[in-house]
Amino acid sequence: MNRYLWPLIGFMVLAAFLAMGLKLDPHEVPSPLIDKPAPTFSTTLLSRPEQMLAKQDLAGKVWILNVWASWCTACREEHPLLVDFSRRGVVPIYGLNYKDTRPAAQAWLQKLGNPYTESLVDADGRIGIDYGVYGVPETFVIDRQGVIRMKHIGPVTVEVLRDKIEPLVRRLNA
Amino acid sequence: MLERRIAALLLACLTGLAAPALAKEAEPVSANPAQEARMMELATELRCLVCQNQTIADSHADLAVDLRQQIREMLAKGQSEDQIRRYMTDRYGDFVLYKPPFKATTALLWVGPPVLLLAAMAGLYTILRRRQRASPDAFDPDSPDDETELRPDR
Repeated sequence: MNRYLWPLIGFMVLAAFLAMGLKLDPHEVPSPLIDKPAPTFSTTLLSRPEQMLAKQDLAGKVWILNVWASWCTACREEHPLLVDFSRRGVVPIYGLNYKDTRPAAQAWLQKLGNPYTESLVDADGRIGIDYGVYGVPETFVIDRQGVIRMKHIGPVTVEVLRDKIEPLVRRLNA
Repeated sequence: MLERRIAALLLACLTGLAAPALAKEAEPVSANPAQEARMMELATELRCLVCQNQTIADSHADLAVDLRQQIREMLAKGQSEDQIRRYMTDRYGDFVLYKPPFKATTALLWVGPPVLLLAAMAGLYTILRRRQRASPDAFDPDSPDDETELRPDR
């Protein structure tokens, strides 16, 4: 009996590990930036090229940074959700317009709606690198002290907004 | 003789042609080839997060191109390899390193395979020892077919 039992147990352990492996998403890389101060930046606004915005200007409030681009198809997917979310006025959303051109980005917002309080221009992707961006869209929740509290890679979904982002924002604002 | 000369000529042409063709595909090379080589060496240690099974050196993804440029600039500023590695892990985590450092979170990764190997070898050893000590009638007798098949070799 024993000689049949052990291979079976071995197989089941292996199968359990493989099943766990199937559920993991290798694209979800844990960010080392969580609970660290958000990297500083100072860049121009998409709406007004002559106006600068720096990270310090946003200190004292909870805000969301959403990395987007007009060339990014997955951004189109999450966009209506962000527009809805911004209308409810729970938290200001700042866009980081990543490796895009001004005309294309502005046309995109005009067509699909603008959920952003402001969009920051990151034409050469330097701010993106500082924020460890590798799969646009990405969404960061940043607290009053300017610390990154959450990062979501890929398009946000109704569930992520409802179950993770909104409760976190409320807690941080409490 | 002639064929050989033609072959040599062809080979020379091919290699001669291949080099500029490759150079064309590469990005604007910095003026300093030694630094470029250091950059590429470092880039082969770093994982491209967009296409995860490629290094930053191999990948054509936009992010990899940007990161190569970043490494180039950091080297030009005289920063060390370790400083650049830290710059990358600060942003993307240990995951960017193809050779992650040994620490609590990566211990299983490093220790796991040797431990599995040792366990398997210990298992094999005990099984073989047990068989060695077992009396001959614990085994099935050889079937006659096997013996007839072996005979012609002798």
